[in-house]
Amino acid sequence: MAMKKFLYMNRRAPYGTVYALESLEVVLIGAAFDQDVSLVFMDDGVYQLTKGQKTEGIGMKNFSPTFSALGDYEVNKIYIEKESLEERGLTLEDLQHLVWEDEDEDWAEKDSIHLVSSEELSKIIADQDVVLSF
Amino acid sequence: MKLSIQINEGPYQHQAADSAYQFTKAALAKGHEIFRVFFYHDGVNTGTRLAIPPQDDRNITNLWTELQKEHELDLVICIAAAQRRGLLDEDEAKRQGKDANNIAEGFRISGLGQLIEAGIEADRLVVFGD
Repeated sequence: MAMKKFLYMNRRAPYGTVYALESLEVVLIGAAFDQDVSLVFMDDGVYQLTKGQKTEGIGMKNFSPTFSALGDYEVNKIYIEKESLEERGLTLEDLQHLVWEDEDEDWAEKDSIHLVSSEELSKIIADQDVVLSF
Repeated sequence: MKLSIQINEGPYQHQAADSAYQFTKAALAKGHEIFRVFFYHDGVNTGTRLAIPPQDDRNITNLWTELQKEHELDLVICIAAAQRRGLLDEDEAKRQGKDANNIAEGFRISGLGQLIEAGIEADRLVVFGD
């Protein structure tokens, strides 16, 4: 099968709607297809990656620990839109530290998260073959 | 052009469900190929045969069933999303020990891999949603 560039665009908060959870389900299944995968978190989507989520009070499953497994699925291009983070008074310190191990460099641990401006992001999006928006 | 369609919103709740149908119909009329239509999130509710919209309104499920018959479309309902929302075919109903199924004619239930494949195989994946 041909290799294509897949981008998953996450624009919504994690628990207000089911989109975030069902987006992550597609990403995990899609990882088995050996495609070039990128994830974008923008708008309220940046809240999906915040540290220390506690969902007992709303009776919903906290699926945020799953993000830390993405590196093992070779999903290691995670773009955060800088403007979305700033508008919400957040910094990278508020987000999970997501990493992957680079097989070509003796399994060196590298950051999966890249902070990008809105302008840089538009170029990344334009470079994709398939954009799935959630 | 070879197109795949993804529908993320439920019928009657959101125009995305209607727009996706109108777009698919128009694309077929123009001679384009539809590789697959994939129903996700509340979009899976399009595939129930138990919905009874008012008689003077459109029946979105029936519209898809007719279009499927005419063009042999591959209408796929995501199994993970369908299980959450109570959409079952005969096999799934048996496997899960449920007393009924509700899938409409012309639809089939399958996995998310079908969506990824739809993205790989088509020239364009067109997503209808919010």
